[in-house]
Amino acid sequence: MILVKDNRCDFCGTCVAVCPVDAIELREADISIIHDKCIDCDICIWVCPIDVLTTDEIKEEPHA
Amino acid sequence: MPDYDIIVVGGGPAGAMAAHAAASKGARVMILEKDRDIGYPVRCGEAVSDAGLKQFVEPNPAWVAATINKVRMRSPSNIAVDFASPGSGYVLHRRIFDYALANMAAQAGAEIQTRAYVDELIIEHDQVVGVSYQYMGERKKLTAKIVIAADGVESRIGRMAGLRTSIKLKDMESAYQATVGNIDIDQEMIDFYIGDNWAPGGYLWVFPKGDRMANIGLGVIGTKSKDYNSHDLIQNFLKEHYPSATMLTGVAGGVPIAKTLKKIISNGIMLTGDAARMVNPVSGGGIISGMHGGKLAGEVAAAAIETGDISEKGLSDYPKLWHKAGGKNHERLHRISETIYSINDEALDRIAKKLARKSEKELSLLKIFLAVAQEKPMILLDVTRAFAGF
Repeated sequence: MILVKDNRCDFCGTCVAVCPVDAIELREADISIIHDKCIDCDICIWVCPIDVLTTDEIKEEPHA
Repeated sequence: MPDYDIIVVGGGPAGAMAAHAAASKGARVMILEKDRDIGYPVRCGEAVSDAGLKQFVEPNPAWVAATINKVRMRSPSNIAVDFASPGSGYVLHRRIFDYALANMAAQAGAEIQTRAYVDELIIEHDQVVGVSYQYMGERKKLTAKIVIAADGVESRIGRMAGLRTSIKLKDMESAYQATVGNIDIDQEMIDFYIGDNWAPGGYLWVFPKGDRMANIGLGVIGTKSKDYNSHDLIQNFLKEHYPSATMLTGVAGGVPIAKTLKKIISNGIMLTGDAARMVNPVSGGGIISGMHGGKLAGEVAAAAIETGDISEKGLSDYPKLWHKAGGKNHERLHRISETIYSINDEALDRIAKKLARKSEKELSLLKIFLAVAQEKPMILLDVTRAFAGF
């Protein structure tokens, strides 16, 4: 499951543009993953310029 | 009667030019901008060419941060190739520039609503007839004969209209841009760092902003972005090369370097700017191409309203004009960009070494391309075709 790290997103929309199933909602300063649509392809995680998106597993690790 | 003739979604350069063009021809236009401010945040390198800009507006000291007289390109091992390019372009203050364009649209009669987040297209009988949006916690609706979507890289409106699909990773630059202060650079020179060493599958730029400031940023190609974080790359670059510089702004962003979408119109809707993938795939520049696309969209929309045919057929001059004005070249530029960004660091260094022996005055973009062509001969064909326009 893809999650958004708290207080990190810049709301730039890069992830929205590459998402193949349109599973990311982005407003002025509000982002959310629509988990019903998400296919866990992880493309959004790769493309994010500031590594805001993550999967469950690495979320537990403290960020360097 | 619909509330407006035209609703423009997005108040960047493409949206403002569309609104200006349509309102100048008498159309009733409303711009809906999702952010609090027109022109903010700036997700951009802010450089434009003199020739490109002057097609639409005269340079104004209010928003020209620096005039470009010189270009430097650096290879992966930092061999600099300089060439003179007097008055070839400008670095803008986008915050002020975007305001000026929106104000130009307003003075032509367009209305503007900020903080209006469009999240639904109203479609009746396969015809777009308006939008639904949120404004200050309330749901609002506006009807219009035509909706022009200039909503940027995300292109959500295009998705709602069924016109766009997601961008492939190879066609997206994952970028970070900083405006820095207290930096000593040549304020007349734009400086490019090319190669994987600096920005894998993209380039790093240092553009002057006047008053010891600079716009510094980089893009990493989506296919390589898994292993790189643009923000960290910029931080490290600054630490190593400009330790005195301090960041005044830092923003993330995506630059679509895809071909223009196959379909940019449907019944009652037109896509333009980044949303239509009009960014120059070689340079990643989207200001001038967005202004161009926006202007064409606004003019065709106003004409369609006059004739009363707002179907896809009635709007079909728009893609034709875009194609004629450079859309065809856009596809070639896309191929050129794939070639350029596939040249490896060793080859880039070889090219730079050859060119660095020549003086500034001997060099031109053409000579640089010829040197590149020795490494990648196929590029010659594409470049020739791009400039010859066939």
